[in-house]
Amino acid sequence: MKLSRRNLIGTAAAAATLPTVAARAQTPTIKIGVLTDLSGPYQDVAGNVAIAAAKQAAEEFGSKGFNIEILSADHQNKPDVGSNVVRQWIDRDGVDLITEVANSGVSLAVAGVAKEKNKAYLPCGPATSDLTGTACNANTVHWVYDTYMLAKSTGGAMVKAGGDTWFFITADYAFGHALTRDVTGFVEGAGGKVLGGVRTPFPGTTDFSSFLLQAQASGAKVIGLANAGADTINTIKQAREFGITQKLGGLLVFLSDVHSLGLDVCQGLVLTESFYWDMNAGTRAFSERIKAKAPSKRPTMVQAGTYSAVLHYLKVANAMGAAEAKKDGAATIARIKATPVEDDCFGKGTIRADGRKLHPSYLFEVKKPSESKYAWDYYKLLATTPAEDAFRPLAQGGCPLIKT
Amino acid sequence: MFMILGYPAPLMFGQLLLGLINGAFYALLSLGLAVIFGMLNIVNFAHGALFMLGAFVAWGLLNFLGVNYWFALLLAPLIVGVFGVLLEKTLIARLYKLDHLYGLLLTFGLALIIEGLARNEFGSSGVPYPIPSLLQGATNLGFMFMPIYRGWVVLASAIMCLITWLIIEKTSIGATLRAATENAPLVQAFGINVPRMITLTYAGGVALAAFAGVLAAPIYSVNPNMGANFIITVFAVVVIGGMGSILGSIVTGFGLGVIEGLTKVFYPQGSSVVIFVVMVIVLLVRPAGLFGKAA
Repeated sequence: MKLSRRNLIGTAAAAATLPTVAARAQTPTIKIGVLTDLSGPYQDVAGNVAIAAAKQAAEEFGSKGFNIEILSADHQNKPDVGSNVVRQWIDRDGVDLITEVANSGVSLAVAGVAKEKNKAYLPCGPATSDLTGTACNANTVHWVYDTYMLAKSTGGAMVKAGGDTWFFITADYAFGHALTRDVTGFVEGAGGKVLGGVRTPFPGTTDFSSFLLQAQASGAKVIGLANAGADTINTIKQAREFGITQKLGGLLVFLSDVHSLGLDVCQGLVLTESFYWDMNAGTRAFSERIKAKAPSKRPTMVQAGTYSAVLHYLKVANAMGAAEAKKDGAATIARIKATPVEDDCFGKGTIRADGRKLHPSYLFEVKKPSESKYAWDYYKLLATTPAEDAFRPLAQGGCPLIKT
Repeated sequence: MFMILGYPAPLMFGQLLLGLINGAFYALLSLGLAVIFGMLNIVNFAHGALFMLGAFVAWGLLNFLGVNYWFALLLAPLIVGVFGVLLEKTLIARLYKLDHLYGLLLTFGLALIIEGLARNEFGSSGVPYPIPSLLQGATNLGFMFMPIYRGWVVLASAIMCLITWLIIEKTSIGATLRAATENAPLVQAFGINVPRMITLTYAGGVALAAFAGVLAAPIYSVNPNMGANFIITVFAVVVIGGMGSILGSIVTGFGLGVIEGLTKVFYPQGSSVVIFVVMVIVLLVRPAGLFGKAA
């Protein structure tokens, strides 16, 4: 080849691109799929702010020799839609971690897919304690809360306060059933009695007054609301309207629900969460940081959990090498379990062999309108259950990973 | 205490009354749908979204302009009605010559857009709307504790249904309207502006939805999905009553509310399905619906 000026420039240009191309091929990309409810009852509990929280975690983690990409999708509260999205994410897009997934039914379906495809799964929004019980697997860590935690904290506190007879209004799907079962265990364990219950169609029930009247007629001291989101809002609103004098056990009430109902309606309601934005310096700092992405809102525990889970995953992926983390979901989860967790939202925590993330749970009471001093000043702390007591004992869950 | 079918009587009476209250919403919504279908031959899938819009307009009027419930009850249907005129003039009017399916697709798309925009703006938990002070509280009926507001809902919808029925069946405007649906060119030949009449009919139907929305605001959570939860049931009501039949939709609305209410006692899990079971049975026996005329 004759050395001409054109050839020389051409070769130099080609050579200049080579190293970058090679370097790009070597930089792995960790892909995180946030599967959430963008159109249904749990949109405000999780939704867009949960996606923002995952992005916030990625930004704070920064660049450590691998790229981070956050994908998001709406599961429409349908297990088939959710698991199809996750299959596509894994097969087509090469997603390594699936997180959030508010809705127990969808979440159980996704846990199966994560196991089958050997990817990491960190559910934050779903409540069912089956994720670390009979349906547990080596690819899943259940992050924020579960039905057992809620049952023990809220249910236990109400029985202690004299509410020893219960009637349940249960959302008729995996979550409602699990919550009712777990609370029933506590009520009966403490010598109380469950007098009855109704299962309400989910989603699509808007009028709960009929069920409330049945609850009233049962004579139970406590009406346990084993539902969530817009369902709980409607039930509480209508209970006030019908002058129901029995105590309402709001078994899963989120900050966003209280905001929507207003303190007038909600005051005095006792509820349990594992995160409250105004809890301590760390939670306030996080809430301040996420403000840029969700200016008019304060994060719920699910949204804070998504931040916490994604951040922890990235730390572990960095420690074991991104390429390794991409290879084997179960091995990554094993490292995630072995690594102590620490972040602004939940403080220090650990993860148990059955995939239960452990941190304290807090029993709150909703403030009276006169007690609320500034925007989103909604809760006062009644009691704290330490991390080691907050969740179901390891041996009782029936998780196949645990050899007894 | 005497019992009905193994349940205490007070509980059963209470449930019947609750059924009537929910039926009032079904009747009001299906009435609007029936009017629109009867006159325009359009299956208005945007009805639920417009119902939701009515509730949100009432909320906006209260929170931004300080307009109270009673004026909202008047203003919100007007505002949403004007919006309906806009929809009819710009979009729906183009579909009259086409198959039903196009109208259904268009209005369904409109519903998705309106609801999607509302979700973007307000989220899914919705906004609070207080019961007007005049209607707060409850009375003890002996067999149940009856919130005054719910009583007002039944009364208001019954009156509104009656007025609509009277206008369409008993006035000269109604007569022209019915004539125009039978034979538009002939009515036009008498010098009546039929397209404008159709536009106003659509606006009227839509205003009924908004009226129901304002009624619903204090008792259901005002959220972007509130219409979507109702609309499928309401369609079943219209089909059972007979497409386009005014009286049919009113009677069926109240009737199915009661049936649904009773299902909530005997088999709560089935309460969302029972209306469709009734629909299947009715369609098998009377394909044109209970009050429909066979085509």
